Amino acid sequence: MATEFVARGADLELVGIRKEFPGFTAIEDLDLHIPAGEFFALLGPSGCGKTTTLRLVAGLDEPTKGKILIGGKDITATKAYQRPVNTVFQSYALFPHMSVLENVAFGLKQRKIEDPMSKAQASLDLVELGHLALRRPAQLSGGQQQRVALARALVNRPSLLLLDEPLGALDLKLRRQMQIELKAIQMEVGLTFLHVTHDQEEAMDMADTVAVMNKGRIEQMGSPEKLYDRPKTVFVSKFLGQSNLFVGKVEEENASSISINVAGNKITVPKDRAEKHKGTIAVGVRPEKAFFHEEKPKLGAGHNLIGPGEIIDIRFTGVSNQYLIEIPNVGNVTVFAQNIGKSPVTELGAKVWVSWKVEHAFGLSDLPTNVGTETITQSITVQ
Amino acid sequence: MAFAAFSHGGGGGKKVAAPVSKGSGKVALLLLLPGLMYLAVFFIAPLFSLIATSLQTMDISSGFPIYNYGFEVSNYVNVVSQYGPQIFRSFFYALIATISALVISYPLAYFIGVKARRWPLLQGLMLTLVIAPFFISFLLRTFAWKQIFSNESWIVTGLQSIGFLQPDQYLVGTPFMVIFGLTYNFIPFMTLPLYTTLERLDIRYLEAGADLYASPRRTFMKVTLPLSMPGIVSGTLLTFIPIAGDYVNASGLFLGSTETSMLGNVVESKFLKSYEYPTASALSVILMGAILFLVTMYVRKSGTDDLL
Repeated sequence: MATEFVARGADLELVGIRKEFPGFTAIEDLDLHIPAGEFFALLGPSGCGKTTTLRLVAGLDEPTKGKILIGGKDITATKAYQRPVNTVFQSYALFPHMSVLENVAFGLKQRKIEDPMSKAQASLDLVELGHLALRRPAQLSGGQQQRVALARALVNRPSLLLLDEPLGALDLKLRRQMQIELKAIQMEVGLTFLHVTHDQEEAMDMADTVAVMNKGRIEQMGSPEKLYDRPKTVFVSKFLGQSNLFVGKVEEENASSISINVAGNKITVPKDRAEKHKGTIAVGVRPEKAFFHEEKPKLGAGHNLIGPGEIIDIRFTGVSNQYLIEIPNVGNVTVFAQNIGKSPVTELGAKVWVSWKVEHAFGLSDLPTNVGTETITQSITVQ
Repeated sequence: MAFAAFSHGGGGGKKVAAPVSKGSGKVALLLLLPGLMYLAVFFIAPLFSLIATSLQTMDISSGFPIYNYGFEVSNYVNVVSQYGPQIFRSFFYALIATISALVISYPLAYFIGVKARRWPLLQGLMLTLVIAPFFISFLLRTFAWKQIFSNESWIVTGLQSIGFLQPDQYLVGTPFMVIFGLTYNFIPFMTLPLYTTLERLDIRYLEAGADLYASPRRTFMKVTLPLSMPGIVSGTLLTFIPIAGDYVNASGLFLGSTETSMLGNVVESKFLKSYEYPTASALSVILMGAILFLVTMYVRKSGTDDLL
């Protein structure tokens, strides 16, 4: 057989991958390197090309152009069954005519690995389903099937484990639990995981590195913290969490920062946190990093201040209140205030100013599609 | 077309009959009544009549044979010893023809049901072609084959000229021709149930197979084939059973000769020509019993219960 029984992950490299389907291009010139042993998440909305990327790596589809390397070896021309890769399918795809144990042992048997049954049993024990080994997949719950699918892939000790939104069908509580288990298993076995998901929380929670994909391209890649703190495009700033965006012309520039003019309000962003330093740019801030004040505060140069505006909506979400503030000529701004017993204002219609630290602002490389003084504050968190 | 009728003869009813609430018992019984009456009048009664006839004794004291009801078990012994070759031939031809039909139909059904999924128009067209022969009488079509392979046809002369057949060898009347006719006539009954099973085959299972290191051949053996067992079982039953009782293809009037006569031919001649009703009935009962036995063993062995 083409693959040996390895216990360690290998790195994955995609070089200039392009995938065209009749009528549209699913992936455009994708370059990606995932180091061995990393938990990597491809995050994006449906139709962004993330599942196609995964299928190319698994060998279920062929790229139109480009190379795929695993552990430095070019595997582009090899078939799916020859690749040291296993997939946990979104639909699980457990063989209905086999018992759970036979399902898990399937890959081992194909590679003629010794003692497949006891290895399969051990893998089932790892996902705490050892006692259901003789059942048929149809007799298990969705969460149990998901774990069988995971065991079936893991037992082969693939160099690379592909996860195609495997948690999508689970309810929230079970999903959280599985996320924790999955992460623990990955740390334990030390395999390289490539996880495809549209759930930004899941991606940030589990992955070492997240790549945000949109329309067949990777928009931005990095650690969850970095991506969240410093999104570079409008898409990333909105897909990964929520953002308040302000569009204006750069009117002031000094050694360390630039300032834009948004309907008479000056908004400053550090130069090293802005992608562009000239022309009309979009500057954003996360809702939890913004504050509002009932009286115009006196703040130093280290702060941005806009207002006054009016609170037009308050949403209670448990850990925080979400305020929607309408600022004339600027648009709506969202502010999250934690419920720590002293939330500043609670009534609708209050007149407030919004401020945030300059160091929390970020400048984007592109502009929101509905340019103008209108700002985009709605989040597009797909759940 | 009533495709549903062809699907999963093996045990499709099981699925439907699963959970029945307590209150509906009486209603269900009432609804079943017409069916049960029909079975009693048109199936159970004739069956008893057939068995009774098969045990009749012959009285020739008046000069010509008169049959009286009795318990003449020797009728069975006689037909088995006398028509052993025909009985064997029936099941042997049925086996070969069923296997041939399966071998021809499976790739065809796979193509229509799996490969042609992206082109529904092609799928529809091919299915129509599979059923198209039904629009012409079965007798006519069988007779047409007799013409095509007749002793003067260019096929036979051609085969003789290349030495495949001796100058005095012909096709009509040979076991080959009979099995050919049986296979041809029953292929749609194999293709349709196979198609209905394969049409629902989830491609993702095949992808999972490939992902788990199984080559296309292994994936076929381990995944596709087991998952299409319901279709294979119902297809083979729908062909094997009628073929074992068929008397048209093997008849001398069509593709066969006295050398190829099957159980059905004997039953036909005993019932309709020489009026030996006990003999014909005993043969029919043997045919029925043998089929029942074989089918039961087959369904058990193939283990399709699991899949349904």
